[in-house]
Amino acid sequence: MSFNPKHLLGIKDLSADEINFILDTADSFKEINTRQIKKVPTLRGKTVVNLFFEASTRTRTSFEIAGKRLSADTVNISASGSSVVKGETLEDTAKNIQAMHPDIIVMRHNASGACQYLADRLDCSVINAGDGMHEHPSQALLDAFTIRQHKGSIKGLTVAIVGDITHSRVVRSNIYCLTKLGAKVRLAGPGTMLPTGIERLGCEVFNNLEDAIRDADVVMMLRIQRERQGTPLIPSVREYARFFGLNGNKMELAKKDAIVMHPGPINRGVELGTAVADGPQNVILSQVENGVAVRMALLYLVAGGEKLQDDC
Amino acid sequence: MAAEVIEILDSEGVDRALTRIAHEILEHNKGIEDLVLIGIRTGGAYLAAQLQQKISAIEGVDVQLGIIDVTMYRDDLCSRNDLAVGQTDIPFRLRDQKIVLVDDVLFTGRTIRAAMGAVMDLGRPQNIQLAILVDRGHRELPIRPDYIGRNLPTARNEQIKVDFDDQNTAQAVHLLRN
Repeated sequence: MSFNPKHLLGIKDLSADEINFILDTADSFKEINTRQIKKVPTLRGKTVVNLFFEASTRTRTSFEIAGKRLSADTVNISASGSSVVKGETLEDTAKNIQAMHPDIIVMRHNASGACQYLADRLDCSVINAGDGMHEHPSQALLDAFTIRQHKGSIKGLTVAIVGDITHSRVVRSNIYCLTKLGAKVRLAGPGTMLPTGIERLGCEVFNNLEDAIRDADVVMMLRIQRERQGTPLIPSVREYARFFGLNGNKMELAKKDAIVMHPGPINRGVELGTAVADGPQNVILSQVENGVAVRMALLYLVAGGEKLQDDC
Repeated sequence: MAAEVIEILDSEGVDRALTRIAHEILEHNKGIEDLVLIGIRTGGAYLAAQLQQKISAIEGVDVQLGIIDVTMYRDDLCSRNDLAVGQTDIPFRLRDQKIVLVDDVLFTGRTIRAAMGAVMDLGRPQNIQLAILVDRGHRELPIRPDYIGRNLPTARNEQIKVDFDDQNTAQAVHLLRN
């Protein structure tokens, strides 16, 4: 089995074999990050443009480090401080970047489908680093990688995801990814943050945290995204923390060896109590560490293979 | 399917060749001091493990054994369709060591070039030597093995296949002619 995609826009269209191939590739790249000289020549001469229309520290840095460790040249463009603020359209911005012959554009955008839109119009490869409320595939892959690392296998695990399900692209990608790999996915959040019909993606929906995390192997907490909400969906952050925040007591409902995950950045005292955020069960920094290896695998798989032969 | 399959070495032949290579490595390096074996995934890694056993039988000490995957160092990223990357496992220091790279078949030399690049990134060895079970010719780079199981002039379109059993012990070498 090999997997040789031109773009990586979402998890929805990937098969379980393809997801596992990406995770296995990441496993091989992980070792580079622990070397004294953290660089291999694999993507020498390739140019990766990180085009970020939304604020990001973790994802952008992670993609940048991943590219650099593979010897690609990486360039970062963020919306503030670019021609976007001068009124340029997405397509014009992208075409101007394409004129400089990058091999891969890694894009984050606030509009769902923006990455697909670019992939349809550009010659270079596009990797989705988060588009609106649609998908965030590299996050779901690093989550799956981290679960596999701590639990051995994903098949048969119960994963509870708690928070703002409606606005979360991380959830969408994780539901696709985890169900394809054979996990049972449970969702929980306040009614205003649970989209109708989400159970059709193959998950169970709960309206309280306790039932969702009971006997779970993995508890994934989401950040309350104040910047993505128009009208308030919760009466107050304090009330949310009380009902849907994870603290040490509630954590006892999950399996004894359960792990706690969070895509970051965490709101301490809101979705995660300090006891849990700093507790032994949390694998949040391991998620960040694995993110670099997973993104190395994505850059490598998208750049490799025959599809770009003319450019070599 | 190949039209013709010719046996070049049987299991005893492979075993004798590896025994001789083990002795040559020890003779050339005057023992096992600072000596490490690094097999190139996958065939070379199996052979390196067999060589480790041979050396251990002679000297009574296990030399260190590592496995290297050269995919990340190859020069054909864009013309390859199989993008699988294996793991590199070298849990010891390479600095100032005498490294014997082990592979099953030596052909163009490109894999060895990649392996040398990979090894040098992990540390600066004292020297790098090359042990090969079958040298089939057609070099495209100035690379020459130090230890050779069998020299076998081949045509370019022929294939050399090393068979391993389920214990990863080399059982035979075959020439496949179309």
